Amino acid sequence: MATKTEVPSPFCGIGTDDLVINVDGLSINVLANGCAINTPAFEQAIGDIAPRVKGKEVTLEAAVKKAAELLASSNQTLIGGCATDVNGMRALVSLADHNGAVVDNIAFNASRRNILALQDSGWMNTTLAEVKNRCDLLVVIGTDLEKVSPRFFEQFIWNESPMFLEDSTQRKVVYLGKEPSGQAGVSPVGAQVKVLPCADEDLPELVAVLRALIKGRDILHYEIDGIAITDLKALAEQLKQAAYGVVAWSASELDFSHAELTVQVICELVKDLNEQTRCSGLPLGGCEGDQTANQVSAWLTGYPARVSFAKGFPEYDPFLYEAQLLLENAEVDVLLWVHDFNTQALPPSDVIPLIVVGRSGMHFEKEPDVFIPVGTPGIDHRGHAFRMDGVVAIRLQKLRESGLPSTAEVLTLIDQAL
Amino acid sequence: MIIKLTGGVVYDPANNVNGKVLDIYINNNKIVSGKDVTQVDQEIDLRGKVVMAGAIDMHTHVGGGKNNIARILLPEDHRSDPVAATELTRSGTGRALPSSYVTGYRYAEMGYTSVFEPAVLPVNARQAHMEMGDIPILDKGGYVLMGSDDYFLQMMAAKKDQQAINDYVAWTLHAAKGIGVKVVNPGGINAFKFNQRQLDLDENNQFYNVTPRDILSVLATAVKELGISHPLHVHGCNLGVPGNKDTTLSTIEGVGGLPMHLTHIQFHSYGVEGDFKFSSGAAEIAEAINKNKNITVDVGQVMFGQTVTASGDSMKQHANHKHASPNKWVCMDIECDAGCGLVPFKYRDQNFVNALQWAIGLETFLLVEDPWRIFLTTDHPNGAPFTSYPHLIRLLMDRSFRNDMLKTIHPEAQKMTTLGTIDREYSLQEIAIMTRAGAAKLVGLENRGHLGVGAWADITVYTADDNREKMFQTPDYVFKDGELVVRDGEIVHIKWGTTHIVTPEFDSGIEKDLAKYFNRHMTMKLGNFKISNDEITEDGRNTLTVQPTKRGVL
Repeated sequence: MATKTEVPSPFCGIGTDDLVINVDGLSINVLANGCAINTPAFEQAIGDIAPRVKGKEVTLEAAVKKAAELLASSNQTLIGGCATDVNGMRALVSLADHNGAVVDNIAFNASRRNILALQDSGWMNTTLAEVKNRCDLLVVIGTDLEKVSPRFFEQFIWNESPMFLEDSTQRKVVYLGKEPSGQAGVSPVGAQVKVLPCADEDLPELVAVLRALIKGRDILHYEIDGIAITDLKALAEQLKQAAYGVVAWSASELDFSHAELTVQVICELVKDLNEQTRCSGLPLGGCEGDQTANQVSAWLTGYPARVSFAKGFPEYDPFLYEAQLLLENAEVDVLLWVHDFNTQALPPSDVIPLIVVGRSGMHFEKEPDVFIPVGTPGIDHRGHAFRMDGVVAIRLQKLRESGLPSTAEVLTLIDQAL
Repeated sequence: MIIKLTGGVVYDPANNVNGKVLDIYINNNKIVSGKDVTQVDQEIDLRGKVVMAGAIDMHTHVGGGKNNIARILLPEDHRSDPVAATELTRSGTGRALPSSYVTGYRYAEMGYTSVFEPAVLPVNARQAHMEMGDIPILDKGGYVLMGSDDYFLQMMAAKKDQQAINDYVAWTLHAAKGIGVKVVNPGGINAFKFNQRQLDLDENNQFYNVTPRDILSVLATAVKELGISHPLHVHGCNLGVPGNKDTTLSTIEGVGGLPMHLTHIQFHSYGVEGDFKFSSGAAEIAEAINKNKNITVDVGQVMFGQTVTASGDSMKQHANHKHASPNKWVCMDIECDAGCGLVPFKYRDQNFVNALQWAIGLETFLLVEDPWRIFLTTDHPNGAPFTSYPHLIRLLMDRSFRNDMLKTIHPEAQKMTTLGTIDREYSLQEIAIMTRAGAAKLVGLENRGHLGVGAWADITVYTADDNREKMFQTPDYVFKDGELVVRDGEIVHIKWGTTHIVTPEFDSGIEKDLAKYFNRHMTMKLGNFKISNDEITEDGRNTLTVQPTKRGVL
């Protein structure tokens, strides 16, 4: 039995690294600083250790051989999930390069909302330590922040002694869109969150109006989608007066058609504010390897993690290479599913030949042709993961001796067997 | 295995060999003396060929967060240059900011064997090393970016003594695994976070009441006292601002003889004369460089075409965003550490300013007399992608070609430059100094950048050609650590280089206060912030090489 401190997490996206964890054999308990995301993810029990081919336990070598056979005979492979650490992603891209596969990260439809805005007009963003020390106004758009990131307020808003504010309780928090599901945004001295509630589908209009107000345009309405124009004007004014405003959103929460346009307007209104004062965007995410997939893919291919190698070189199309569409249109004939973090993140069932390289403990409705249970980076082996801000990579630790191979090891073996 | 390279015309300035016919012997990965060789396993006839050490790019943005943002920002640029996989090489994409494998291949194909990333934010160093870990063939290293982080500025504001600063600088080099120290718009990246838009050399960062001059002086002293070979690597104040030559001159004169490297000097050599209030300050700057032997520079030459500017200078990049072409850009504040700005640029020969920038860079190359103190860069990708180096070499070596090109640029820019009156042509030996011997000396690389006995066998062989662009584009042979990696400009073998670092001594007692600071203000624990050696070496192909410091000889 051993207690480990300062353990970093690949699950929550904010790079929490103050976890205190007890390891007893294969069992893990989060003793301190856990949250609704990290605690269950760390404590998830190990399931199968042995690989299976068509439901029958086999050696790793046999499973690798079978996987390589399926991939070699495939006309077009799809690698889905793509939720792993840096080395896992390196091995995955190498395999895709040799096999001519399509690579698609499981969270790409959400990431795409940010990436399309970035690729069309760019942004001015910040990172967590700047929020922690500089932010005097936090505006949360369309996102239930404490659900997406349970410890965000505790760690970065109500922290003791921010460097450039006398007191963190001076900070103001405003929500536009979804109402917060809990009390995390209420300040330690009881200051309530200001909420301008609206339905997701009203956000495009409201965000556009907010930008217009920031730019000093007249709006000839008293009310937009149930929100008084005076409230929106007050928010615009607050943003202009803030010394270091931060506008946060989670792309996964902006789950409506063409949300990328709303993200773009958010990014543009932040740019507008920077003509006079300072303000930054803060796109949340980074959970379960989504930033890792995009970052590694970017340096290996030039593109984020929705890339086809079918022509022998990487091609990026944020729509064409969507896994679900490729499967529905029968454009692929083998699916290799990779997910190190979440036993619930299962591949689409009843598809074509299926190889799963997944976190030990996955249960399938339909048994895959090949299942190779792997360890989780940060628990079963060391590794690296990128945080939501895309700048900070964290060093993941090995907490226990499970004997489970890493995704990087398994994919490299398959790559070599091809 | 002994390889004999027979009869090449050798340019090896570090050993005073200037165009002499010599045989070179390689034993495994090093160059050995012919006297010690009893049996040759392979002989390569290099009679008539030009032989130099492998080239070293001492300032090129090849790893780290801003590069990856720039990559994701510009899918259209990558689409214009897809690179297919071969039996030997991985696929990727090229142009302004190539993918990591393509970066390695294309540098090696031009005869380069080492690259140094000049802006490693300590908090982003892990990513920089991971990216560089996926650059095949080349050696690499990085300069850690300091001078705008809040911990450092707090030390400055509190007037901590030089020893404390030295300890912090050394600690940062260890934690982020760097080989040198870089400062970008000293204190200015930080000031921008407080909404300050301008910071000249003697202006205060308004929050800390510290000037860029103070910062330069303290950091340059730290680098010297720690015995780090590479002088403080300075991206000065007022990048790109017309009239910034005066700031640059004052920077050169004002460091009291401390060693200092002024990077992409072209972007800091602008006057305000003429109808367009934009003129060349190259002559004055070059004169100051010639006079002050403590100063080294690289040029940051601009070439015409599409590229992307990627800089830690968020303050100036934000000011430049109106020039973005295509019109999309990114600025980031980063972790109370630094920042970055990405602005795509299309330099046009018919644009007066761009055309004059091109001329200013070339004037600088030609007016700085000592090739040991000036280095060939485009500040990849900021002035142009590194793949334009052979063209740049031709501009420097071939006056009539240069003058032909000059005639094609914006006519008003032609009138504003003295370029046409400069007769100088670089010799092969001078090119070898700038891109090999001088660069190795400047970065502080032991037994690199030369061809003497004991040197690592990084060797490039060219076929002499009056068209120097053609000559430098496709070497006949490139050896990396004694292994043949390129033949006739194409990759024939993949190997992996090392990562060069320095590890100056420091008082580890500073970690006590740093740990407190990290706990209170940062978003990582101190222990998790520091990069361990195994993070770089555990993939089994990358290694670390600790370069010596000069502390003993101070």
